[in-house]
Amino acid sequence: MSTLITINRIYYLIGIIVMVLVAMTLRDKGNPKRLTTALFWFLFGAVFLFGDLLVDSLGKSMAYRVIGATVIIISLIAGTGLLSMGSYATSSHEERVASSKRLGNWLFFPAVLIPVVTVACTVLLKGVSVGGMFLLDQKQLTLAALCVACVCALIAGWVLTRGSPLQAVRQSRRLVDSIGWAAILPLMLAMLGGVFVAAKTGTSVQQVVSLFVNPDNRFLVVVIYCVGMALFTMVMGNAFAAFPVMSAGIALPFLILGHHADPAPLVAIGMYSGYCGTLMTPMAANYNIVPAALLELKNKYQVIKVQIPTALTLLTVNVFLMYFLAFR
Amino acid sequence: MESTTLLPLIGIPIVVAGFALRFNPLLVVTVAGLSTGLAVGMDFGTLLETFGEKFVNSRTLATFLLILPIIGLLEHYGLKERAQAWISSIASATSARILMLYFIVREGTAALGLIYLGGQAQTVRPLLAPMAEGAAVNMYGEDLPQHIRDKIKAHAAACDNIAVFFGEDIFIAFGAVLLMDAFLKENGIANIEPLHIGLWAIPTALSALVIHMFRLTRLDASIRRDVEAWKATQTDSPKVHA
Repeated sequence: MSTLITINRIYYLIGIIVMVLVAMTLRDKGNPKRLTTALFWFLFGAVFLFGDLLVDSLGKSMAYRVIGATVIIISLIAGTGLLSMGSYATSSHEERVASSKRLGNWLFFPAVLIPVVTVACTVLLKGVSVGGMFLLDQKQLTLAALCVACVCALIAGWVLTRGSPLQAVRQSRRLVDSIGWAAILPLMLAMLGGVFVAAKTGTSVQQVVSLFVNPDNRFLVVVIYCVGMALFTMVMGNAFAAFPVMSAGIALPFLILGHHADPAPLVAIGMYSGYCGTLMTPMAANYNIVPAALLELKNKYQVIKVQIPTALTLLTVNVFLMYFLAFR
Repeated sequence: MESTTLLPLIGIPIVVAGFALRFNPLLVVTVAGLSTGLAVGMDFGTLLETFGEKFVNSRTLATFLLILPIIGLLEHYGLKERAQAWISSIASATSARILMLYFIVREGTAALGLIYLGGQAQTVRPLLAPMAEGAAVNMYGEDLPQHIRDKIKAHAAACDNIAVFFGEDIFIAFGAVLLMDAFLKENGIANIEPLHIGLWAIPTALSALVIHMFRLTRLDASIRRDVEAWKATQTDSPKVHA
């Protein structure tokens, strides 16, 4: 059965928005590196616009090689400092105060519409089809719903402020530029995770641990698993990427097979120990670095700094929870 | 131990060193990926293929780009100013109380699977941070210095992260729970249901709530101390220049 709003169509929409941003950057004389900044976003947008097309025309193997090479060029542009901020036409503080008085609390309406419509679509449109066609992508339901919500909010904002959707994209360019390379880091880390799995890094971790740790010491192995999850998550920027490596390397051989731990609490708390690492690493860019850029903080590590005390306390709590709950 | 067993680990010191030396993270990750692949003897073509495949398959991670236009538009017309004006009309609102309320709602809804009910782009930047900041401005005046505003904003971002992270795993259909379930099944442990994993997420979720709430109860006092310290330097400095 076909689907109206597929995840691939959402990728096209993202690609189109990015391409509009590229055109705006090219015309921005106030950006000292406008050509390379535009090239960076063009290559990124191209993966969204033409990724599926490439796979269809060249076959998976060749298409992925082309995209892999593109990604390396993207990282070279960012890595050699060729990205920069441009100039942006924004309203003055006085204009914004005047317009916020005029529009009143209606200004909240489109912003609140995003979560409300997302949840409503997720709940109400699950499995709903019209004329043999699913309305939303059933495998990526919340994401498809989020996309519908963004479009609804944009239309509401358009009617409310009488500004156009194009103006909306123009206003978002400053946000996108201030986020810059951090927007792409999560995708790159997924890439690194894929290489680690292919290289069987988990087996190596297991061998190193068995070399330095006495596997009979149950508490110590629990500490190594929890702290290891946090540390490896800090390196990988993502607990999902760390989980299979550390669990195959430590939890499975030493704790489940060796000490007969109850697997459910073991993995649940192990994953949460990884999340403690997520709170402490700049590699988790979309949680720690992107918000610092979004909030225009002077110190881009300040969100991490605020999170560290909670993360460390919780990691300690996790060690004891795991020790007492997995071995009842 | 043979040196070949260490080769798959080569990416880890590269990431750590690259970050310590402040190279651009995109470049560091690319170099770490290339080194690991080549070290274990993958050929370059296959390595490129792995890069491309993983990148294409993780495009969902960039969907927050969809939210930015509407936020940009609303901000152009004074969304932040409105959020702050609204908060200043509530006499009992303080930065910490706003964040605590948000934390509880966010963790609770995340546990029910409503993960997109909040987020850094859609709620923290346009609404939560301006409100928390507005409450402090309301109390200490418009000339509140940037470093105190930044601290409040960073706390707003942290609240969203911590609340959603430790709430979401209770919801059994969430990706992390399904990933753990798949991992156990792949390794021949079949008698565990996602429901069990979700239940065992509750003790950590409650601990996160208690720990972070405790820290937030002290935030208002900490902001007051910062303001007093700043005022002290303000009254001192004219004497220095006189």
